Amino acid sequence: MTNAIPGAPPTDDAMRTEEQPAARSALSRQRLASAWLFLTPMLAVLAFVAGWPLLQTIWFSFTDASLADLDAARFVGLRNYFEYVDYGDGTGEWFGLFFDAQWWNAVWNTVYYTLVSVSIETVLGLIVALVLNVPFRGRGFVRAAVLIPWAIPTIVSAKMWAWMMNDQFGILNDMLMSVGILSHPIAWTASPETAMWAVIIVDVWKTTPFMALLILAGLQMVPSDVYEAAKIDGVHPVKVFFKVTLPLIRPAILVAVIFRALDALRVFDLIYVLTPNNTETKTMSVFAQENLFQFDQFAYGSAASTLLFLVIAAITLVYIKAARLNLGGGR
Amino acid sequence: MRFGTAAMAVAAIFTLGSSEVSAAELSIVSGSVGADIQELRTQLAEFEAETGHQVDIVEMPASTSDQFGQYRLWLAAGTDDIDIYRVDVIWAPQLANQFVDLRDAMADVIGDHFPSVIESQTVEGRLVAFPMYTDAPALFYRKDLLEKYGRNPPATWEELTETAKVIQDKERAAGSGQIYGFVFQGAPYEGLTCNGLEWVASSGGGQIVSPEGEITINNERAAQALERARGWVRDIAPAGVLAYKEEEARGVWQTGNAVFMRNWPYAYALSNGEDSPVKGKFEVTTLPAEPGSRSAPCLGGWNLAVSKYSKHKKEAIELVRFLSSRKAQKERALTYARLPTIPALYDDPDIAERQPIIAEWADVVEKAVPRPSAPTKRQYNEVSKEFWTAVNETLSGAASAETNLQTLEHRLRRLKRDGWR
Amino acid sequence: MPAFVKRTAFYALVVLIVLFSIFPFYYAILTSFKSGTALFRVDYLPTDFSLANYRDVLVNGVFPLNILNSVIVAFVVVAISLFLAVTAAYALSRIEFRGRGILLLTILAVSMFPQIAVLAGLFELVRLFGLYNSLFSLILAYMIFTLPFTVWVLTTFMRDLPVEIEEAAIVDGAKPMTIVMKVFLPLMWPALVTTGLLAFIAAWNEFLFALTFVSSNDTRTVPVAIALLSGASEQEIPWGTIMAASVVVTVPLIVLVLIFQRKIVSGLTAGGVKG
Repeated sequence: MTNAIPGAPPTDDAMRTEEQPAARSALSRQRLASAWLFLTPMLAVLAFVAGWPLLQTIWFSFTDASLADLDAARFVGLRNYFEYVDYGDGTGEWFGLFFDAQWWNAVWNTVYYTLVSVSIETVLGLIVALVLNVPFRGRGFVRAAVLIPWAIPTIVSAKMWAWMMNDQFGILNDMLMSVGILSHPIAWTASPETAMWAVIIVDVWKTTPFMALLILAGLQMVPSDVYEAAKIDGVHPVKVFFKVTLPLIRPAILVAVIFRALDALRVFDLIYVLTPNNTETKTMSVFAQENLFQFDQFAYGSAASTLLFLVIAAITLVYIKAARLNLGGGR
Repeated sequence: MRFGTAAMAVAAIFTLGSSEVSAAELSIVSGSVGADIQELRTQLAEFEAETGHQVDIVEMPASTSDQFGQYRLWLAAGTDDIDIYRVDVIWAPQLANQFVDLRDAMADVIGDHFPSVIESQTVEGRLVAFPMYTDAPALFYRKDLLEKYGRNPPATWEELTETAKVIQDKERAAGSGQIYGFVFQGAPYEGLTCNGLEWVASSGGGQIVSPEGEITINNERAAQALERARGWVRDIAPAGVLAYKEEEARGVWQTGNAVFMRNWPYAYALSNGEDSPVKGKFEVTTLPAEPGSRSAPCLGGWNLAVSKYSKHKKEAIELVRFLSSRKAQKERALTYARLPTIPALYDDPDIAERQPIIAEWADVVEKAVPRPSAPTKRQYNEVSKEFWTAVNETLSGAASAETNLQTLEHRLRRLKRDGWR
Repeated sequence: MPAFVKRTAFYALVVLIVLFSIFPFYYAILTSFKSGTALFRVDYLPTDFSLANYRDVLVNGVFPLNILNSVIVAFVVVAISLFLAVTAAYALSRIEFRGRGILLLTILAVSMFPQIAVLAGLFELVRLFGLYNSLFSLILAYMIFTLPFTVWVLTTFMRDLPVEIEEAAIVDGAKPMTIVMKVFLPLMWPALVTTGLLAFIAAWNEFLFALTFVSSNDTRTVPVAIALLSGASEQEIPWGTIMAASVVVTVPLIVLVLIFQRKIVSGLTAGGVKG
C-alpha cells in the first residue's frame, strides 16, 4: 500500500486493566473466549490472503513452475537460488539468483532509491513541518495544499510528471531553459543519468507531505514551555532546534522513516509507469514482476519475490534494533 | 438474461449445427498504435452487420512488450473473457500451447498467403495464429528538404548520417530550431530489438542468434553498427530518442521536425493524412545498408489467434477468417497502408494508386529479416530483452558497444546453457 | 537580521512549498483543457478551454465504468475491513490474553508486506477459485493491506478510551458483543470515518494487483485504466485525455481530503507517534 500509515503501538502499560479479583474469573474466562471469537474471522482472512499466498510463493521458488502450466510445477530444490552447471568439458558456471548480476543491480537500485528519496523526504518533511508548526495567517490553506500530492494516486502522479518531464513538450525543460539552468532539453526519464532522479523527484513530491504530517504531530507534542525557557535564556533558535527540538522529535522521525523506507523498498507502480524497462531504475519488485509474468520464469520470479521479502524483513529488523524503536509494546 | 443465453446455448446444442442462429458476444484484444483501434472498429462493424455477432475491443497500450506480458498472464489464468488475440509475429512459439490449431479451419485459404508468414506462425505442426497483415519498416525522408539541399536518398548508413547532419544544421541555422536529422525507436522494448537488428544485420553482423541457435552477436561488425548508432544520439537524433517508441518518433516526424524517420508503413498513411504538416512532402525508401551487405528490414506483422479457453471458438474463427480475408486486407491496405499477407494484392491497381508504398514493398517484405524467435523458442522474450538492453545502454553511452556486446554474449550463453528451451 | 527580512524569507518559503505542492496538479488541469496542437505548446497560464478531452473520457469510452469499478471495490473492501476490524480491535485493546504482543506485531508486519511477495501465490489462488478478471479477486487481494491497517489504527484508538466506559456495562453483565455494539461503536464514528477514508484511498490507488488480476476494459479499475489509456485518436500519445482522466479521478479525492483534513492528520498520527 502506497499510503501505509503507522499507528502507535499499544503498550502493555496503557492496556493494563485492574487486578482481577477471584470472583471475576468466570467473567474473564468469558471475555477471553470472546476475544478469540472476535479475532478468528480477521485472522482467518489474513491467513487466507496473506499467509497462504506467501507460502505458495516460497514453494514456487523451489520448483520449476512455468506460467504456461502452473500445475506441472516440480520440486527442484534450491536451483533458482544457486546451481552449478558443469558444461562437461571441464568448465562450468554458477547460476541462480545469488549469481545473477541483474538481480544485484536491482537490489542496489532499490537500496539507493530508498536511501536517497527517504533522506530528502525527511529533510524536506522536517522543514515543512517546522513551517506548519508556526502559527501564521493562511496556515490551514497551506496544510491543505501540502496534502494534495499525497491524495493523488501514484499512477496519476507518475503520468503527470511524465508529461511535465517530456523531452520535447515538457514544461520542466522549458522552465529550466528559460531560467538559463539548461542549455538544451533533457530527456529526463530516458537518459541513464537522470532516470533515477526523475523517479526520486516524483516520489519526493508525492510523499513529503506524509513525512511532514508525521513529524508535525511529533512537534506539536513538544511542550511550549521548553521554547519559552530557551527564549528567556537567550539561546540562539538554531541551537534550540538542534539541542532541544530535534532530540524530542527523534522518535517521531524514526518511526516515520521506517514506514516510508518499507514503502520505498517495495516500489513498483511509479517505476512501471515512469521509466519502463530502464535498467537504471529497475528495482527488486520490478525485477520480480518481470520474471514472473513477462518472461517464462515464474519460479525464478518467485525466488526473487521470496528474497525481496527476506531482504525487507532483515532491513526492518536491523533498523528497529539500531534505532531502538519500540513497536511491539513493553518497554 | 443469463438464463436466456443458457437456454439458447442448450437449444443450439439440440439443433446441432444451427448455432449460427445464436449471436455470440466476442471480444478481441489489440494494441493501439496510430489508428489501430479505429481501423479494427470499422471492420468489426461490417462483421457484426454480416453475422449478427457482437464484438468488443479490449484496448492495450502501444508497447508490444507490455502487451505480451499481459497476454501471457491472461492465458495462464485461463480467462475466457478474451476470444481472439491480435499477436505479434514473434509470439507464436511462446504462446503456442494456449491457442487453437487453425490448420483445418483455414485449410482452404492457407495457400493464398505468403508461405513464410504461415511458416512463422506454425509451431510443432500447429498453425496457432493466422496472418492479418505483415510489416516491414521503411526509411521515411523529407523529399522537399533533400531536394532543397541537392541530396539523394541515402543508400548507406554513412550517407544517412552525413545527409541528416548537413540538413539539420543548415535548417537550424535557417531558423528551424527544433529540427532533427533522424528519429527512430530507441526505448528499451521490443521495437528497439527490431531497430538494433536492422543496424547489425545490414552491416554484416548477423542476426543475434543464428537460425541454428548459435549466439553470433558478439562480433566486430555488430559493434561497429551499434557504435555508429550511438553517434546519432544528440548529434542528429534528440536525446529523448532513448525513450521513443513508434508513436513518439512519429510525433516528431509528423510535426515536420525530422529529416529522416525509421518507422512502419502505418506512418505512411497517417503522415499523408489531411491535417498532416508533412503531407506530400515526404517519400519512403528501403533502409540503408553498408556496402557489401543487404538492407535488412525487420519482419513484423500481426496475426490473429483464437484462445483455447474461448467459449465461442467457432464464431471466433469466423472472425479470424473475416479479418484475414482478401477483402479485409485490401481495405486495410487502401486506407491505412497495411501490408497484405496475400501476394496477389501487391499487384492490385487500386492499392497501387492509393498507397504506392505497398506495390514498392512487395520485395522488401519478402526479404525482411526475422527476429530469432524460432531458434530461441520460449526464451525469445528474454533474449530480446537482453539485446534491447545492450543496445539501449550503448546508445545512452553507458558503456562501449564492444563491452556491451561481450556482456550480452555472456548473458545469452547463460540463458541458453545446453540448448534453447 | 531585521524582523522584516525574516518575515519575508518565511513567507517566501511558504509560497515555495505551496507552489511545489500544487503546480503539477494545476498543470494537469491546464493540459486537460487543451486539444490538438495546443498540447505541444508550453503555457503557464490557461489559454484554451476545450472540453473535448473530458468528453472523450466521460462519454465515449468505458472510463465511467472503470470509476464505478473502483468505487465498488474500494467501498466493499472498506466495509468488510471495518466490520472485521472493530471486533478484532476490541479484543486486542481491551482484553488481556497471552500472545497479544506477538499478534499485534504480526499484524503490523502483514501491513508492511511487499505486495510482490504474495503476488505469485495470490495469482494461483485467484486462478484456483476462478476469480480471475472479476472484482472479487481485487476485493480479496486488497484485504492484505486494508485489514491490518484498520485493525492497527482502531486498536490504538480503542486503547485510549478510558476504562470506565465499559465498566458499567460489564457490571450489568453485558456480553462482549453487546459492549462493542452498544458502548464502543457510538464512540467510534470519528475513528471509523478516518480509518475508512484512508483505507478507501489506499484501495482506490492500488495498481499492481489490479494490473495482474483483471483483464478486460470493463473490469479494470481507474489506475490501470489510466496507465493503459491509449485513446483511439491519431494523436501520438493522448496526453490531453490522460490528464482529463487524471483530473476526474483526483478531484473527488482532493475534495474528500480537504473536508476531512483534520481527521486525516489525526488518523495518520493515530494516538501520537510516541515510539
